[in-house]
Amino acid sequence: MRVTLERSNLLKSLNHVHRVVERRNTIPILSNVLLKADGASLEMKATDLDLEITEATAAMVEQAGSTTVPAHLLYEIVRKLSDGSEVALTTNPDGNSMTVTAGRSKFSLQCLPEADFPDLTAGAFTHTFRIASNDLKMLIDRTQFAISTEETRYYLNGIFMHAIEGDGGLKLRAVATDGHRLARADIEAPSGCEGMPGIIVPRKTVGEMQKLLDDPDVVVTVEVSEAKIRLTIGSVVLTSKLIDGTFPDYQRVIPSGNDKELTVDCETFAKAVDRVSTISSERGRAVKLALDAGQLTLTVNNPDSGSATEELAVGYDADPLEIGFNAKYLLDITNQLSGSEAVFMLADPGSPTLVRDSAGDDALYVLMPMRV
Amino acid sequence: MSETTHLPGFCRDCLRPTRAAEKRCHGCGSPRLVRHAEIAKLSLAHVDCDAFYATVEKRDNPELVDKPVIIGGGRRGVVSTCCYIARISGVRSAMPMFKALEACPDAIVIKPNMEKYASVGRDVRTLMQELTPLVQPISIDEAFLDLAGTELLHKDSPARTLARFARRVEDEIGITLSVGLSYCKFLAKVASDLEKPRGYSVIGKAEAMDFLAPRPVSTIWGVGKAFEAQLAGDGIKTVGQLQKMEIDTLMRRYGVMGKRLYELSRGDDSRTVHPNEAAKSVSAETTFNTDLSRSEDLVPVLRALSEKVSARLKKAEIAGQTIVLKLKTADFKSRTRNHKLDAPTQLADRIFRTGLHLLEREIDGTRFRLLGIGVTDLTSPEQADPADLVDPLAGRRAVAESAIDKVRAKFGKAALETGYTFGKGRETTPQRDRDK
Repeated sequence: MRVTLERSNLLKSLNHVHRVVERRNTIPILSNVLLKADGASLEMKATDLDLEITEATAAMVEQAGSTTVPAHLLYEIVRKLSDGSEVALTTNPDGNSMTVTAGRSKFSLQCLPEADFPDLTAGAFTHTFRIASNDLKMLIDRTQFAISTEETRYYLNGIFMHAIEGDGGLKLRAVATDGHRLARADIEAPSGCEGMPGIIVPRKTVGEMQKLLDDPDVVVTVEVSEAKIRLTIGSVVLTSKLIDGTFPDYQRVIPSGNDKELTVDCETFAKAVDRVSTISSERGRAVKLALDAGQLTLTVNNPDSGSATEELAVGYDADPLEIGFNAKYLLDITNQLSGSEAVFMLADPGSPTLVRDSAGDDALYVLMPMRV
Repeated sequence: MSETTHLPGFCRDCLRPTRAAEKRCHGCGSPRLVRHAEIAKLSLAHVDCDAFYATVEKRDNPELVDKPVIIGGGRRGVVSTCCYIARISGVRSAMPMFKALEACPDAIVIKPNMEKYASVGRDVRTLMQELTPLVQPISIDEAFLDLAGTELLHKDSPARTLARFARRVEDEIGITLSVGLSYCKFLAKVASDLEKPRGYSVIGKAEAMDFLAPRPVSTIWGVGKAFEAQLAGDGIKTVGQLQKMEIDTLMRRYGVMGKRLYELSRGDDSRTVHPNEAAKSVSAETTFNTDLSRSEDLVPVLRALSEKVSARLKKAEIAGQTIVLKLKTADFKSRTRNHKLDAPTQLADRIFRTGLHLLEREIDGTRFRLLGIGVTDLTSPEQADPADLVDPLAGRRAVAESAIDKVRAKFGKAALETGYTFGKGRETTPQRDRDK
């Protein structure tokens, strides 16, 4: 293989693919990126056996061929090469090393045979649809924070996506929960996702998707089967296994009978919560919300350091109520609300509370209270 | 400890001050005299009960007094304590039981009765707390005591107060202990080990360097088998060699431990006595009678141990957020696996389920001789086990567990069991309580 390309193109593509590669690998080939030069492009591919990212970039191919080299090493080398330089990648005749040349720098990297590189892209996809990058990113942004990290409940370690019949027609819905909070976001379903199976997209894949969806004007092609999802975003193709499990019946969790309505100005509320929670360094500390007509008092007590209170004028005219929430969880939600006002629907200090934008209900959140 | 009979001291039996050159107390005739140049100044002590479990058993059954006694679980367990008679035959604690019985075939093996030992340990601790508020328990039967400033209270020097305390424990509780008196924790602990049983050793500041110099590096707190081997590989065998080395060299070679080696080898230990230092973890473990590899054998044990840990957490009103599974393979290799939960827990159900998740990944045909489960990251139980949005059964299991607890509190532990442990009849002998 002998190929020459611009450093910036190579760096951009490597940046997309190398992140998939785990830092520690027991299987050596998984530390490598596959390079394949053919026609007028260089294709790069990296995988962790659950997730695979492929990207092709324009290159001058003098001799077609392929090899695999350590991904993080190649990325670091290219990153440190001077901007605007031309990079030549050449495998030696016996195929066990590849040289990277740019200007007066020359590196020699050990290779592993391309034939050993695992291939994830087997199997047919049952559903295909096209969706605006922005819409898909919105679904992810609004729900990602609620993904569980608890491995014992692996089926919560991702975002549950499915098509569902709503008031205004078919919706594409994303749901994530860790048992303490739940996030749900809807968009109008793009054509093609009718009858799509409910899928759980793993956390790592979600993170990579989010980074790849940085250009709002791109239209993404999504292909789905029972076991896999594939996204084509411009020249990048991401293929991932799905979590093989059953997402719990989240509808049952969303309270419908909560009758105490609280309206707060999102920004003012978030800042106040952030301020009072300063008093407790611990992540799990509760902030107490004491509600009375038109007024909200936030309190945090930390037996080790002191206490904090702040009063806010709010929209509330139901019976007085005291309820506690994890400060971080409150902030996670207010960070995701797009409107200026947040609406809390409360029942009692022990029951789940519903939070949504005053503007609409394309995203809603359920929050479990804490004992205070 | 020195032969020099001109130094100040007293008789440990009648507390009379010694006279120069006498080998026995001129008052009571006892040979148990203690003399030391710094005896009036030292106030930091380490108190350690002698062969604690065995001594308690001998106290309660006088027929055992002149027989070798081993406390430990079953043929396959390990020796948790052995009396001094058994030690003559070469039995040591932590020795596998079959080896101990090879060395001492006529030994009487008694299964540990932890509740009894804990209660005796508490009695001893109560007496310690009458000496000084600065009591730092290390385990059920040993503690550091700082008696500085108690001279006026007890109208006597710390050294004599400790001797009186040792005599009182023998008279009132009926067990013996050893006292190490020094100016720092490290040497107090070393001293208490010098003359066991019924020992009373003093290490002063002036002699610390010379005293330590010929001793093996393993004397130093924190130097275990592996580190000792590493040091030996580097040619360092005695503390004296460390005393000749520079702190820079030691830290470059051994990092933070290098600093400790430098300081402790010179008898320089600034740690103070912290009373009520909170436990860092709560755990329970058991060694099996035969090695186990199948999940149907291991899971019931895990369940029983989880219940034990949970009961201790509930009793101590604490909760933990990280679950630690410990396994030892048939060839004595340790495996520990951790899992951090979203929220702290006290529940046997959560400890067990998390432990099970960790255990399932280890079951691959390997034979295990030991299984343990514990929790760390201890906090108050205030926010433990919050209600869960997606697992409504968790709440019901928690209610069921509290009902089980109530029945057990009334009718005993065996009154109600889960299907995991019922009829399995496996002994789960705790070998450790709360670890520091």
